[in-house]
Amino acid sequence: MTRFAIVLALLILGSTGGEIAITYGMKAAGEPARLRPKELLRFLLRALCNGWFWVGAPLMALAFYALLVLLSWEPISLVIPASALSYVVGTFGAKYILGEDVTTARWAGVILVCIGVALVAKG
Amino acid sequence: MTHERRLRIKTLFMVLCMVVCANTGDLMLKRGMSRIGEVQPTLAGLARAFPLTVANGSIWIGIIFLTGFMISYMTVLSWADYSYVMPAGAFGYAVLTLLAVIFLHEAVSTRRWIGVVFICVGVLLVGQTKPRTTVAAEVQEEVSEVAA
Repeated sequence: MTRFAIVLALLILGSTGGEIAITYGMKAAGEPARLRPKELLRFLLRALCNGWFWVGAPLMALAFYALLVLLSWEPISLVIPASALSYVVGTFGAKYILGEDVTTARWAGVILVCIGVALVAKG
Repeated sequence: MTHERRLRIKTLFMVLCMVVCANTGDLMLKRGMSRIGEVQPTLAGLARAFPLTVANGSIWIGIIFLTGFMISYMTVLSWADYSYVMPAGAFGYAVLTLLAVIFLHEAVSTRRWIGVVFICVGVLLVGQTKPRTTVAAEVQEEVSEVAA
């Protein structure tokens, strides 16, 4: 049980931490002027040169590895519902680290999605 | 068209790209790996599976779609909130369930249907909020320049 909790924490913190770092990096890289191939390519080059992308990518890789380890121990119907907690943790991160304005409607939506994903994965 | 409306349409379009690319990519990987068969988690097993994986067309199509997912995810995060994109992306779970019923004629439990309803209502709620609540990097720079 303890080892499951530790690796689950690694999965949740790795995935949300990685995604928050990537969000920060993409905002710093600036959005593409238009959604055309040339502009998108320029944006991707700027994004790949941003240090935060390279902080986020290994964290997401760590989270993926943690997911594989958990799946080797427990059934998917337990692992995915438990990992759905990352929606709530990610929203806290978005509010307090990225400074996003998380309104009551958005919180309600995130909690419904979190419960919904858990129910769908349970089958 | 107002700026707000254009931003919303652009964001929803990219989220749709993310969902389609992620689901198609996963489906193609599943198809490819099913043809290869069970991979033994030993060095010999991996050595046997690797050339089969590289030579499999479905796996490559899956990789292309998953790269498409990553590009659309990175692009949408350059202007939209993480707390907007992340729950909206969960819409894929609902789409997968519907596809499983329509095309694969799978039996879906009541619990799973309730989950799909929760996801749809949750995504609708999040979708109604503003896609961007933080100030974009260029605007921030301009503001600080003016302030200086």
